Amino acid sequence: MKLHEHQAKELLKRYGLPVPEGRVAFSLQEALQAAEELGEFPLVVKAQVHCGGRGKAGGVKLVKNMEELQQAVEGMLGKVLKTFQCPDGKPVSRVWIEKATNIGKEYYLSITLDRSVSKPVLMASAEGGMEIEEVAKEKPEAIHMLHIDPALGLMPSQARKMAFKLGLPVNEFVKIAVALYRAYIDLDASLVEINPLVLTKEGNLILLDAKVELDDNALIRHKDLEELEDLTQLDPLEVEAKKYSLNYIKLDGNIGCMVNGAGLAMTTMDIIKLAGGEPANFLDVGGGANVEQIANAFRILMADPNVKAVFINIFGGILRCDRLANGLIEAAKMVEIKVPVVVRMEGTNVEEGRKILAESGLNFINAVDMWDGAQKAVALASKGG
Amino acid sequence: MAILVNKNTKVVVQGITGKEGSFHATQCKAYGTQVVAGVTPGKAGQQVEGIPVFNTVEDAVRETGANCSLIFVPPAFAGDAIVEALDAGIELIVCITEGIPVRDMMMVKDYMKKNYPNAKLIGPNCPGVITPGEAKVGIMPGHIFKRGNVGIVSRSGTLTYEASYQLTQYGLGQSTAVGIGGDPVHGLSHKDVIAMFNQDPETEAILMIGEIGGTAEEEAAEFIKAHVKKPVFAYIAGITAPPGRRMGHAGAIISGGKGTAQAKMQALREAGVTVIENPAFIGKTVAQALGKI
Repeated sequence: MKLHEHQAKELLKRYGLPVPEGRVAFSLQEALQAAEELGEFPLVVKAQVHCGGRGKAGGVKLVKNMEELQQAVEGMLGKVLKTFQCPDGKPVSRVWIEKATNIGKEYYLSITLDRSVSKPVLMASAEGGMEIEEVAKEKPEAIHMLHIDPALGLMPSQARKMAFKLGLPVNEFVKIAVALYRAYIDLDASLVEINPLVLTKEGNLILLDAKVELDDNALIRHKDLEELEDLTQLDPLEVEAKKYSLNYIKLDGNIGCMVNGAGLAMTTMDIIKLAGGEPANFLDVGGGANVEQIANAFRILMADPNVKAVFINIFGGILRCDRLANGLIEAAKMVEIKVPVVVRMEGTNVEEGRKILAESGLNFINAVDMWDGAQKAVALASKGG
Repeated sequence: MAILVNKNTKVVVQGITGKEGSFHATQCKAYGTQVVAGVTPGKAGQQVEGIPVFNTVEDAVRETGANCSLIFVPPAFAGDAIVEALDAGIELIVCITEGIPVRDMMMVKDYMKKNYPNAKLIGPNCPGVITPGEAKVGIMPGHIFKRGNVGIVSRSGTLTYEASYQLTQYGLGQSTAVGIGGDPVHGLSHKDVIAMFNQDPETEAILMIGEIGGTAEEEAAEFIKAHVKKPVFAYIAGITAPPGRRMGHAGAIISGGKGTAQAKMQALREAGVTVIENPAFIGKTVAQALGKI
C-alpha cells in the first residue's frame, strides 16, 4: 500500500526524523489556514498524488505570499496531475504545504528488501534528486549499499562508515539512518525512500521528500495504517474488486480475462498478446473463490467499457469447475452479457462444469485449450471492435 | 528416488483442526501420504479423520516420528509455526499459508539459516510438493499428476497444474513437482530445487516455471550453465505485466527496471535452456525435445 508524502512525513516525524514543518490541506480555506499557522513565507505547495515526477509536471510550487499560495493551491486541488510516470494522471484531492528548505546539496537514502539475500538493504548516494534507477544505470559506483542483519538491526558503526563515505555530518546521519531503519521495521514497510535527503545551507540534514510503501500482508497488525489508504488514487474498478478480495488490475487492452491463480492469470495475459490481442486486465479470482466472488469478478470485468470479448481460463484445483460454472450463471443474472465470452476449463470436475454451462442456455463459446481460447477471444474482439 | 518427499515421508499437519488444514490433511492421506499427526495448541487428544492431534510439534515428533511439516496456520501466526517446526527438528517444512508479513518471513529465514542450516523450507504461499504415486504434501489436485521423469519447479500453483496436465497429455510424467511459492522471501529457490533434480537419477529433464520479479530465475540460469547437463525447459510468465504493479503474488513485481520476463528469458537462453514462449505448448515442446512425439 502506498502512502502520500504528507502521511509518510507525519509518520517518520514520530520516529524523530527531521522533516520540514508542514500542514495538509483538502481545501483552499484549509490551505490559507495552514499558511497562517506556519507563519512565514516562502512556503512550498506540493500536490499529494501516488506518482513520481511531480516537480516537472507543476505539482510542486514555491510561493512567496498569500496570493501566490492561493494561485498554486487553486491550480492543483480538484485537478488531475499528469506526470511522465503517470501519463493518465492522478486526481489531486489534497496538498501539503511546508516551510521552504534552504537546499545546499541533495542526497539519496532508502531502505528496502534485497530479495536475493532476504535482508533489508540501506542504499545511499550523493546523487540525490535523481531517480535511483537512473543513477544505478549511469553511475552504479555512486550508490553505497549496506545489508542489514535482521536479528541485529542497523548498528551505528555501520551507518557511520556510510556517513564518512558520503561526506555527511556523521552524528546526524547515523541518527537518521538508525531511526529510518526503526521506522522501516516498525511500520512493516516494503520501502522507505528519502529522495532527496538535503544538507541545508545551514549545515543540517532534513528529509525533503519521503516515500513510504507498506507491506499489504502486514496490514493485519496495523489497523491504524490501513485507514491511511487513499482510494482516489486507485482505479475505481480496482477498489470495487478489493471489496470481494479479488486481485484485479486494469490494463489498456480490449480482452477481459478471468483466471484462477496469479501465475496462470499472467500467463493468460501473455497468451492473449501472443495471439495478437491486448488484455484489458489482470484478474485472479484466487484458489478458493466462491460463487459470489466469481459473479462479482465477472461483473467488474464487464464494467470496463473497453472490453470487447472475455476469455475465462480456469484450471480447476481447489476451485472446482462446477463451482465456476455456477458462478458464471449467477453472474449472468447480475449483468447483461453484451460481448462474446470464451471459456476454457480444465481440471477438477471439468465434465460437470461443462455440462452445467451447456445446459444453462448461456451463449458461451467453448475452447479446447488455452491457445484455442486466446485465438477465439482475439478474433471475436476484433470483430466486435 | 524423486526428491524431497516419498512414501517414507511422515507428515505432521500444523493447523489441522482448521477448515483448510483438516480438508487437505484428509486429501493428502487419501492420496497415500503418511499423515501421522496434526498439531493445534490445546487440542491434544482429538483426532481428525483418524489422525491424532498434539499440542506441540515436539510432542508430535516424539510420538509419531514425523519428519515433515505441512503448515495451514493463519498468516499472523505462520512464522511462529515455522519456528516451532524447526525447533522440533523437522527437516522439511511446507508452508501453504498465503499473506504472511514479509518482515516475519525475513526474521524466520534468518533464524533458520543461522540455527538450522540443513532444514528445508518450501513456500510460503505455495501449493506444496508432490511425488506422484508416493506422497502429496500440499493442496494440489493429485489426479493431474502422473509418475515419470520430468522434474517441475514453479512459483505458481495453477501454472504447475497446467504444465503437469500438458505433460501428462503427451505421456510424460513427473518425478516430483515443487511449488516454491510467490512471496518475496521464501525457502527453497528455483536454483536449490534444480540442483536437487540434477542429482536425482529418476529425473531426466527439468521444467522450470518462473515469473516476473526478483532475480531467482537469473540465479538459476547461472547454476544451470555451470552444473546441469540434463535438458532444462523454462517458461516465464508476465511478458505483458506493467512495471510497478504487483501481479497477485507479492513477489511478482517489476521494480526499478529489474525482474522483467525478457531479462529472465535472455539469461536462461544463454545458459542453454529451451525457453518456451507459448504457454499452451509447454507439453508439446518438452515431448518433442525428448523424442516422445
